[in-house]
Amino acid sequence: MALIEAIKLEKYYQGRQVLRGISLQIDKGEVLALIGPRGAGKTTLLRILGLLELPSRGEVYFDGVNVTSSGRLRLWARRRMSFVAQKPVVFSGSVRDNVACGLKWRGRNSKSAADRIEAALGLIGMSEYADRDAKALSVGEMQMMALSRALVGEPEVLFLDEPTASLDPVSAARVETVLERLIKLRNMTVVMTTHDMGQGQRLAWRIGVLMAGELLQTGEPREIFCSPATREVAEFVGVENILAGEVVSKSDSLAVIDIGGARLEALTECRLGDLVWVTIRPEDVTFARVREQTSARNVFRGVVTKVAGVGALLRIEVDCGFPLLGVLTKKSAEDMGIERGDEVYVSFKATTVHVIRRQQLKL
Amino acid sequence: MEELGRGFVKAVELIVSLDAEVVEITVRSLMISATSCGIACAICFPLGGLVHFSSFPGKKLFMSLVQTLYSLPTVLVGLFVFVLLSRSGPLGSLGLLFTPAAMVIGQVIFVSPIVLGLAVSALNGLDIALYDAAVGLGASKFQAVLQVMREARYGLLTAAVMGFGRAISEVGLSLMVGGNIKGFTRTLTTAISLETSKGNIELSIALGIVLLVLALMVNLVTGWLQRR
Repeated sequence: MALIEAIKLEKYYQGRQVLRGISLQIDKGEVLALIGPRGAGKTTLLRILGLLELPSRGEVYFDGVNVTSSGRLRLWARRRMSFVAQKPVVFSGSVRDNVACGLKWRGRNSKSAADRIEAALGLIGMSEYADRDAKALSVGEMQMMALSRALVGEPEVLFLDEPTASLDPVSAARVETVLERLIKLRNMTVVMTTHDMGQGQRLAWRIGVLMAGELLQTGEPREIFCSPATREVAEFVGVENILAGEVVSKSDSLAVIDIGGARLEALTECRLGDLVWVTIRPEDVTFARVREQTSARNVFRGVVTKVAGVGALLRIEVDCGFPLLGVLTKKSAEDMGIERGDEVYVSFKATTVHVIRRQQLKL
Repeated sequence: MEELGRGFVKAVELIVSLDAEVVEITVRSLMISATSCGIACAICFPLGGLVHFSSFPGKKLFMSLVQTLYSLPTVLVGLFVFVLLSRSGPLGSLGLLFTPAAMVIGQVIFVSPIVLGLAVSALNGLDIALYDAAVGLGASKFQAVLQVMREARYGLLTAAVMGFGRAISEVGLSLMVGGNIKGFTRTLTTAISLETSKGNIELSIALGIVLLVLALMVNLVTGWLQRR
C-alpha cells in the first residue's frame, strides 16, 4: 500500500488553475523528485502532499487514511512528516534551540531530547555550531540547520522544497551531499521538488515531471530521460534532437517515419498515420566520412553546419534534410578531419529512436 | 518665572523626601495604568493574532479604522464611559462611576487601538514563512501561532510599553470618569491639573517631574526593545 496517495488534486488560486487532476502514489521508503520549470505548480503540489495546504478538489491519503478534510487527522499525519522550505526559516535562539523545535511539537518524551538534538546536529556536521545564534548563520548553514531540525523528530516522510535553489553553488553542493548520504543512511520516504533535472537524477529513484499544473510523466530517471512522454518533457530533460514526423508505414513494431521528406526507421507502438515527435540522443549518433556497411537502420548523408564545444567533446550539427545534432570526441573529430562544410554520413540505430505520439490539436 | 524656579526647588525636595502624597499618587497612577495596559494586551494580543492569521472581507478597512483610533480624544472615551456607567446608563447598577475601575475601563478602551495596531504590525513584520515552518515541523495551528507570537515578542512588548505610556499620561478621561477624588482616584495627571488651578505650583511641578521621568523610562525601554 502506498504511504501517500493523492487522488485527482486540483488547485485554484484566485480563479487561476495551478494543479490539474494530479493523481500520484508514493511508496514507503521511496525517494521521489517532482521536477519541472518554475511556475509549474511543484511547490503547490508538495505543500498539498505535505498537508500545509488544502487542495481545491481531490483527496490526500496518508497511510491509508483520508486526511483531506479533518484538521485532527491532518495534524496526526503531519506529526509523522517534516517539511523543509526553499528559503531557510530561522526561529530566534541558538542553533540548538532551533533543532529542539523539531521535537517540541511532536510530543515525544523529552528525556532523550538532548541526545537526539546532538545526534541530529552531528548527522549534518554542525555539532560545533550548537550554541551559535541561528540568525547569524550563512544561508547555506541555515538550510543545513533546517534539515537537521526537520530530521531530529525522525519523521517517516521528509518533504524538501527546492532544497538548494536559494543557496550559492558551494552550499548547494554541500546540502546535496548531505542529502545523498541521509537518503542512503535512513529508510526514509523523501518527496522533493527541483527545477534541476540533474539534481533529480542524482537524488531520486523516481521522478515526476510537472508542467503547467499537469503531472505529465512519472518513472525512473533513466526512463524519463530516454523515453520522455511528451515533447515538453523531452525538451525539459534536455533531449536535443526533437523532430516532427508522421508514421508512413508500419510492419510489426518497426515504423517508417517521414520527417519533412527524409525517412527514418524506429521501433514504436504508434500506428500508421499517427503524427509523432521523434527524439534521438546526440550520444547515439555516429559519424563516418564514407558510406559504410552498418547494422544501423538509419544512415543519412549531410553537411556539417556547425562545430562547437568545450573540453573533450564536440557538438556537431549536420543538415541531412533535417537538422541533427551529434557529439564526438575532439580526438575522433581530428582523426576524421571533420570541419564545418564537410560532407559526412550520420547513422543511428532504429532502437535508439524514441517516438512520442503528438497530441492532436483539440478544436 | 521666579515662581517656577521656587516651585522646582520645592518639587525636588518633595521627591527626594519621598513626600507621602507624591508617592501615593504615583503608585496609584502606576497601578491603574499598568492594570489598563495589562488588560488591553490580554485582549489585543490574541485579537491581533486572530486578525493577522485570518483573512476576512474589510480587513484593510478594519486596520485603517484601528489606526484612526490612535488619535482617539480622551474626552470622547470619557464621555462614552461616563454615559455607560452613570446611574441611568446601561451599566449604572454596577456603581462603578468615579472609581479606579471606571478609569481602568476607560483607559483600556483608550489604549486598545494602539496596542492592537502595533501588535498587528509587529506580526506583519515577521517572515510569513515562520508559521509554515512551525506547521511543517508538526506544530498544531495553535502551537504555530504561539511560536510566531514568540518570534514577535519584542514588537509586542513595544506595543505594551506604548500603551502604558499613553495610559499614564492621559488626563481627560481620568478626570471625567474617576472624578479626581483625593486618596481614591487621584492620579498624577489629574492631580497636576487640580493643584495648578489651586495655585499649588510646587506640588504640580513635582508630580510633573515624576510623570516626565516615567515617560522617559518608557521611552528608554521602548528604544532598548527596538534595538533588540
